[in-house]
Amino acid sequence: MEAFVDIDGVTLKYRGASGDIVALQDATLKVQRGEFAAVVGPSGCGKSTLMRLVTGLHKPTAGTIAIDGKQVTGPVKMAGMAFQNANMLPWRKVIDNVLLPLEIVEPHRSQFRSKKVEFRAKAEQLLATVGLAGFGDRYPWELSGGMQQRVSLCRSLIHEPALLMLDEPFAALDAFTREELWCVLRDLWQRLGFTVILVTHDLREAAFLADNIYVMSARPGHIVQIKSVDFPRPRDLQVTYEKDFGDIVMELRMKIAQVRQS
Amino acid sequence: MNPRTLEKLSPWLFTIAIFLIWELACIVFKINTSVLQPPSAAFAAMFKLWRVFLYHSWVTLWVTMVGFALAVGFGIILGLVVGWSRAIYRGLYPVMIGFNTIPKVAIVPLLILWFGIGEVPAIVTAFLISFFPIVVNIATGLATTEPELEDVLRALGAGKLDIMLKVGIPRALPYFFGSLKIAITLAFVGTVVSETLGANAGLGYLIALEGASFRMANVYAALLLLAFEGVLMYAVFAGIEQHFTKWAFRSQMSAAG
Repeated sequence: MEAFVDIDGVTLKYRGASGDIVALQDATLKVQRGEFAAVVGPSGCGKSTLMRLVTGLHKPTAGTIAIDGKQVTGPVKMAGMAFQNANMLPWRKVIDNVLLPLEIVEPHRSQFRSKKVEFRAKAEQLLATVGLAGFGDRYPWELSGGMQQRVSLCRSLIHEPALLMLDEPFAALDAFTREELWCVLRDLWQRLGFTVILVTHDLREAAFLADNIYVMSARPGHIVQIKSVDFPRPRDLQVTYEKDFGDIVMELRMKIAQVRQS
Repeated sequence: MNPRTLEKLSPWLFTIAIFLIWELACIVFKINTSVLQPPSAAFAAMFKLWRVFLYHSWVTLWVTMVGFALAVGFGIILGLVVGWSRAIYRGLYPVMIGFNTIPKVAIVPLLILWFGIGEVPAIVTAFLISFFPIVVNIATGLATTEPELEDVLRALGAGKLDIMLKVGIPRALPYFFGSLKIAITLAFVGTVVSETLGANAGLGYLIALEGASFRMANVYAALLLLAFEGVLMYAVFAGIEQHFTKWAFRSQMSAAG
């Protein structure tokens, strides 16, 4: 079966202050349609660079990237993205923040005026599924960090993208809120069935959410291990206290310690 | 008195206090009136010749506002152009800094030569002196768009114009309105400098004329009126700023932000 996201032998070099920096070296990664993939690795291993490559914001120095069989040559014009920082537009109400992608992505863009009522209803509904029913008319700065991150998730999903790219979206939250949002993301993914690439430092997060965990080496980054997680779905937070779960986290931990040293 | 009312009243209280101290100092230290006029003399002059002062104040006000309006229009366009690309930003910046460094008082004689004595050189001077902060602030607002937010939009297929319209310009608005407050006071400086050197009307003209005839009370009256116009217009633009960019003030205060 052809992979949905096909990163094939990708190398990325860029000019740094002191000579060329090789961020990625011959990285190969194949993510199936509907897969929840997590990418973990030591800091500075080029995980975020990978995000920018897949979404077409950066061109690889060598190798190819294809999404759904089509080679990526420029911005992919459809991927949802969310980062550690919620990046809200403070002058827009929550609902208008969520609607932002529909003002940009075709075909919604040209229908934005005529279908405004429909779109707003859809946004309200999406907000409700992440526990923010009735918050649409608030301003982002009236919301807590965790709530803003939920809005950010809604914004990345409102246009029903086939691919969701997440770059440490929960890293700035407290432990309880983070686990709450794992479940929010889990439910959204199971309901909508998009493909996810989640870049994270949190091994428990990766093990709880992902189907496959891709471990990257230190710079220059490439994939050194693929760990499949086959806990049955839907997963409950309980699973994170099981021994098998602990073993997986432990194994990943050892692997990363090892690649950090080499 | 509760702290809120005190805060509201404090600008008035301070202004009155300064006038009182000034007046008292003139009396207590027996200051020669050719050195420093007490405010009471300035106010008396104002009332006595109120028609004259009203006329010249009006001229200065409208001349300044025309020059300022030109500066806003030109400043917005140039700010957007400069903020559009790094190459233009880097290319134009030294030129603008250089231009801004030239004291406008040095250009006024040229302007008078070109346009003749009257309102036009004053309008042009007010314009030249006040557009710079507007350009710089708009360009800064545009240039400091969060890169991650840009990534989010570009990954959705947004072009440069989309990013500018959806993020850059709204984001630059607080900078823009902030710059108006600086620009309006500068515009008054420009007008008065030009009026002092070559005009038939306006507070600057009046100051030069009365000063040359040693009618110092009238000079002080004109200076106070000028200050009053500056404060008034500043307050107007501060109010407009508050109204249009509430979010910028609130989001800074919010704990969640």
